[in-house]
Amino acid sequence: MPKITIPLGPQHPALKEPENFMLVLEGERIDKASINLGYNHRGIEKACEERTYIQDIYLLERVCGICSHSHTSCFVGCVEEIAKVEIPERAQALRILMGELERAHSHLLWLGVAAHEIGFDTLFMYTWRDREHVLDCLELISGNRIHYAMNIIGGVRKDINAKQKNEILKRMDILEERTNYYVKLITQEPTILARTQNVGLLPTQEALKRNAVGPTLRASNVKSDVRKDDPYLMYDKLDFKVITADSCDVFGRVFVRVFELIESYKIIRQIINYLPTGAIAVKVPWKIPEGAAVGRYEAPRGEDIHYVKANDSIKPERVKVRAPTLANFASVRYMLEGGYLADVPIVIAAIDPCMSCTDRSLVLDGEKTSSYSWNDLRLMGIEFYKKKGIDFSKVKI
Amino acid sequence: MKIPLRALPEVIKNLFSKPATIKYPAVKAEVFDAFRGRIVFTQSECIGCDMCVRVCPAKAIKIIPSEQTHAEKKIFDCLMDLNHCIFCGACADACPKNALESSQDFELAQLDKTKLKLHYK
Repeated sequence: MPKITIPLGPQHPALKEPENFMLVLEGERIDKASINLGYNHRGIEKACEERTYIQDIYLLERVCGICSHSHTSCFVGCVEEIAKVEIPERAQALRILMGELERAHSHLLWLGVAAHEIGFDTLFMYTWRDREHVLDCLELISGNRIHYAMNIIGGVRKDINAKQKNEILKRMDILEERTNYYVKLITQEPTILARTQNVGLLPTQEALKRNAVGPTLRASNVKSDVRKDDPYLMYDKLDFKVITADSCDVFGRVFVRVFELIESYKIIRQIINYLPTGAIAVKVPWKIPEGAAVGRYEAPRGEDIHYVKANDSIKPERVKVRAPTLANFASVRYMLEGGYLADVPIVIAAIDPCMSCTDRSLVLDGEKTSSYSWNDLRLMGIEFYKKKGIDFSKVKI
Repeated sequence: MKIPLRALPEVIKNLFSKPATIKYPAVKAEVFDAFRGRIVFTQSECIGCDMCVRVCPAKAIKIIPSEQTHAEKKIFDCLMDLNHCIFCGACADACPKNALESSQDFELAQLDKTKLKLHYK
């Protein structure tokens, strides 16, 4: 049978963000798959270098709409490490509270997207309806549903009072009941099982070899979670389990995420019931001394890594973001190969991809390596667009 | 254990329950107290220290000397560009005199771009 190459994306109904997958098909089976990144590059890292640390928090929050708190917590953690600042316990607890609410909102959103990709739109609507309760909690505390702007260098911006605590606990009861229903649904509904079991297989050895992170790795039966392996903030004082699944397929990834929701509710309850007293922030000077730090953070999608280099000024010298999706893309290629074309949307969605998080990588192609300055890159950009009939040379920066 | 049509009882139950959506704009949407909406400016409090301008991540705010003349102290106007504002409330946090505050106003859509440039005086 002749092989056919079909492009999936950058514009495709199955993808929520632009990314290109080239699939070599042999009949309905995928023989080879390759991924092309770079459709969503926004130059955030460079923009960070031209803004102050305080402005960078709000910029890095916009790396991703779903895990906005994860990125800022990771960045702020790095800056605090360089400045040798110890943040108060109450601020740590509030950061965890927001982080776990964010995890709940991300996983509920993902469950809806996964259900949508397999054609089970009823579940998609239910999960997104229930996600409103989490978003309400987030708005209740921070004042915004998605970009919470909760972190500052040295602590958090907003405190929580007794009335807010009760409101959150009330919503947690509703969510817990709903999540228990989803647990039953995903394990008993034959259509979900038929579309997820033995699809997108990623054996433990392959997952480790390809450096998968987060729920994707845990669904391949590897007990790996930054919150347990390298506890940050006050996660070492909290009681929660690392959920793993041994099925190594899409069903395992659904299973891990749904049970992680229950663990997140457990953490939220612990934090609210035993919230430490004291200040919510300490004052940190604008100028950050010379130094560098690497931060690890368990974002809803997996391990998020930030690198910050400071040079004794109010602006960072270098900020590097490694979003979890980038680490998981190597596994996607393996998962797609040998599978069916009809399963491609759910296999890609199973890693919970966030393309705009990912697109900040620099590819050095083989031996043809050369370095460009910021001005060279700008001139190259102007030339590139001139060929397409757009003249940017008169735009001042 | 597989149960065919596992979601059906829930679907039937939801046929008779209240819709989850609200009838906005017919019914006014409610926001929480902490909500960060349009920034409001109190001219009498402003000392022109420019802290808000320095922290603003979107370069949406400008403080300029007011055209009004006042004998005792200098007074300032605030230029707010809602095209750029990301409603983070960083300016309100940075203000030492609480001249800037987040309001609950969120209905800010305009057909005319110039109406998004606010001049508080």
